Amino acid sequence: MSDPLFALWVYLAATPLAGLALTLVAYAAGWSAYARARFHPLANPVPIAVALIVAALAATGTDYRTYFDGAQFVHFLLGPAVVGLAVPLAREWPRVRRLARPIAGALAAGSLAAAASVVALAWVLGATPRTIASIAPKSVTAPIAMGIAEQLGGLPALAAVFAVTTGVLGAVVGKYVLDAVRVRDRAARGFALGLAAHGIGTARAFQVHAEAGAFAGLAFGLHGLVAALVFPFVPSLLRWLM
Amino acid sequence: MSPFLAGITWLLVFQALGEAAVRLAGLPLPGPVAGMGLLFAALVVRGPVPEALAAAADGLARHLSLLFVPAGVGVMLYVRQLADEWVPIVVALAASTVLAIAVAAWVFARLAGRERDGATSEPSP
Repeated sequence: MSDPLFALWVYLAATPLAGLALTLVAYAAGWSAYARARFHPLANPVPIAVALIVAALAATGTDYRTYFDGAQFVHFLLGPAVVGLAVPLAREWPRVRRLARPIAGALAAGSLAAAASVVALAWVLGATPRTIASIAPKSVTAPIAMGIAEQLGGLPALAAVFAVTTGVLGAVVGKYVLDAVRVRDRAARGFALGLAAHGIGTARAFQVHAEAGAFAGLAFGLHGLVAALVFPFVPSLLRWLM
Repeated sequence: MSPFLAGITWLLVFQALGEAAVRLAGLPLPGPVAGMGLLFAALVVRGPVPEALAAAADGLARHLSLLFVPAGVGVMLYVRQLADEWVPIVVALAASTVLAIAVAAWVFARLAGRERDGATSEPSP
């Protein structure tokens, strides 16, 4: 294997270019499938892209760290994207102010339901304590979930995987759940998606309607804020109760 | 400077301000969330959203799901660990996500108590 093609491959595989290009190409493929399915929730581009990338990495024997050297540039944009959620929020501010009560109520009830139910179910079904600590903040956006999981004694990277999985699940099943509970209001639908499925649910909401997206972004930000402030006190609270 | 570039610059400046605020105040928050709060406060005080900022923020929001792909690929690191526990994990994640969406939407709609928008909002997520 001394041919120049192999040398080129060795060179490319060692630069960030490969991971970055692979991420964008896989996402473009996922997006075109999603568009061809007329943005059907079941054709969400994230799991398609993840599956394509994992298959490509497995086929070439590339490890995650090498891949992430390139993919980190995409990952980094999460920061400015989260900051940018202030924009739709500022546009909807007059409505948000009028809806302060439903927002506060849905935030409290939804975040409690999300955390309590996943911990109870995982515990009853026999998950290990470390998995339970990593899964507890699953409805919170990945960067915040990682910090919370660490404080609870879980694994930050595993918490990120659970958060992304939850985001995908929420974006996929959201429409059906919302139809089943017969909530038609765009603000309520968007808020529920952002609360339960953070950024990926918010992306789904934006793809459907700007107003739903704005409320999803609001829920996603507020849930992150509340979770980051409340979760660290949960273990001592439980100890105090028992 | 092109509007998109100016917008991205503003977002990065507010992210940096957020990181600084979190570190100085010792808050258990990620910098970008604090940056979002600061930008929001600035926009509410200052009035309409500048076009450049709107272009950058809307561009990123439209493809927000792309940004979660690198973290999602991290699943490959935990395949072996997840193999032992996949049943509780999948059941707990799926059931809890459905419950959280239903509870949040139902409480929101109940407290908002308005059915008037209902008939007109047909394409819904």
